[in-house]
Amino acid sequence: MSDRVLLASFDHEDDLLAATEAVRQKGWRILDAFTPYAVHGLDHAMGLKPSRLTWVCFICGMTGALGMLWFEHWTASITWPIDVGGKPWNSLPSDVPVAFEAAVLLAGFGSVFALFGVSRLWPGKKPKVVYPRATDDRFVLVIDEADAAFDVPSAERFLQEFNVVETMERTQ
Amino acid sequence: MNLAIITITMRREAIMSEPTNSRRPPLVTGDKSLGDVTRDICAPMDARPSGLWWAAFSVSLVALLVGVAAVWYQIATGIGTWGLNKTVGWGFDITNFVFWVGIGHAGTLISAVLFLFRQKWRTAVNRSAEAMTLFAVMCAGIFPLIHMGRTWLAYWMIPYPNTRGSLWVNFKSPLLWDVFAISTYLLISAVFWYVGLIPDLATIRDRSQPGWRKRITSFLSLGWDGSARTWHRYETVYMLLAGLATPLVFSVHTIVSMDFATSVIPGWHTTIFPPYFVAGAIFSGLAMVITLMIIARKTMHLEDYVTMKHIERMSLLMLSMGCIVGLAYGTEFFMALYSGNPYEQFVFKNRALGPMSWAYWTMVTCNVLVPQFLWIKKVRTTLPLVFVIVILVNVGMWFERFVIIVTSLHRDFLPSSWAHYVPTSIEIATFIGSFGLFFTCFLLFCRIAPAIAIAEVKGAAHLKKRGSTTTPVEEQAA
Repeated sequence: MSDRVLLASFDHEDDLLAATEAVRQKGWRILDAFTPYAVHGLDHAMGLKPSRLTWVCFICGMTGALGMLWFEHWTASITWPIDVGGKPWNSLPSDVPVAFEAAVLLAGFGSVFALFGVSRLWPGKKPKVVYPRATDDRFVLVIDEADAAFDVPSAERFLQEFNVVETMERTQ
Repeated sequence: MNLAIITITMRREAIMSEPTNSRRPPLVTGDKSLGDVTRDICAPMDARPSGLWWAAFSVSLVALLVGVAAVWYQIATGIGTWGLNKTVGWGFDITNFVFWVGIGHAGTLISAVLFLFRQKWRTAVNRSAEAMTLFAVMCAGIFPLIHMGRTWLAYWMIPYPNTRGSLWVNFKSPLLWDVFAISTYLLISAVFWYVGLIPDLATIRDRSQPGWRKRITSFLSLGWDGSARTWHRYETVYMLLAGLATPLVFSVHTIVSMDFATSVIPGWHTTIFPPYFVAGAIFSGLAMVITLMIIARKTMHLEDYVTMKHIERMSLLMLSMGCIVGLAYGTEFFMALYSGNPYEQFVFKNRALGPMSWAYWTMVTCNVLVPQFLWIKKVRTTLPLVFVIVILVNVGMWFERFVIIVTSLHRDFLPSSWAHYVPTSIEIATFIGSFGLFFTCFLLFCRIAPAIAIAEVKGAAHLKKRGSTTTPVEEQAA
């Protein structure tokens, strides 16, 4: 099996989107695309499933809310109950604001750290520079050449229909 | 890595043409390509700071040092250095705290609420607005900390197992809710800001020559490469953060207002406080965003990105908030007079006609009357006029908090304990110091980070600039 890939770069998001859909229809395998900003519709064009990070957020948020509610209840009514203004020790309404803040804090940090984990991002990581201008003004499509039927010159001709700016082959 | 360039097929300049088929003005003016956007926004970071920047930075730094000296002195000596007395227990400290927290709220409004409402124009201002939030909340945090008197025991507010029982914090107190609300707000704002910065840090990393800037941005950009899979997840998380920050920002000022509303002081004990405070906070914050953006676009030559259209839209948003605040003033006054409670009635009459009526009328003039000029298109499209209005709103909103706090306290239930409050030089120096901290941080931010979200501007501006394969005329025909 070959580990060669074909990089095709475009300078417009519409060209990238059209090329991505056409390449997928041809049955070629798209390994990834690299873009300077979030191109809307590219996830559909590439056939990416909706992210499950929303669940991480939900679970972290619930953990924060329930954990803090339990903690407030435990400190104020069980381990050292103190009479505050004659209110009941286990007064639920007064526990809500802090529980809400804990939910937001945990949900926010949880989803961001989950993003870093799933996308393999960490401080000081060396970027796999696929194409330097992909963080500036180019849109790059990475096509797998593993398929035996894949023919580079004809693929290049095909991509020209989508105003490809540059194509190059690389070894992964 | 084995690199083999096989063929370069064709090159084409990606000039994004002006959309002629839209009735809306473009978000970015001046016929920019994607590369131009990167270059223009990074330009202030590449160039040496201008004389104007150094002047502003020096003034801010001096103000900051004055504040540091004042804080040092009052911590060493005690808060007896303030003008507070047993009747007026809250003065400059809490006024400044509420003022700064409020300023922060517009940043979150722009970065999160307008994101959820798909307002593309926010992309030009959201980075600066978020930075403003962060610095404003930092400034706000100083005041309750020093108000404790024994600042070194601030960690007592955190519920941790201790040798006194354990004796826990009082979760029924709004002041403790405030501790959690403000610290959550600061942390979430910082995370939101940093997550937004990651793609831009990667852009700077990739265009920098080897050196300290490349090293720092390489470290902080977490190996970001612009992969579509990462972008896909990133967008999800960004949306989640916006969804979390929106109720958070409302909760923060609601809780701040409860510091007052749950007490039994006439003038504070009202149910209108949460929405009234949130509207006021966004109003004052928008005034500060506009102030900063007018200065930033001028000094960093970002007129093509922060256009008059942006200033106009923010002015309109500020005007609508100002009207809500005006309505709240009226409602509050009416309810007090209508309540039949002589203490409530007295406090409000005293506000408008008592010894501090000058502060009340400054507040009404700056917050309710002055913004009405923004109804006139000519006014809101004339920068110097907008600048004067936003400065007056900043002043007015500071006085709002001063009026709420001091006039409600200084003449309490017992006439024999009535007192007056005059801030001391130490309090004024601390207030000046908070401005020093705010502007020092903001000026440094403008130098070391892109003041406009590069990736977001590219994404939003592009929406209206589909013109590479077809000309606008062909598009219209189609």
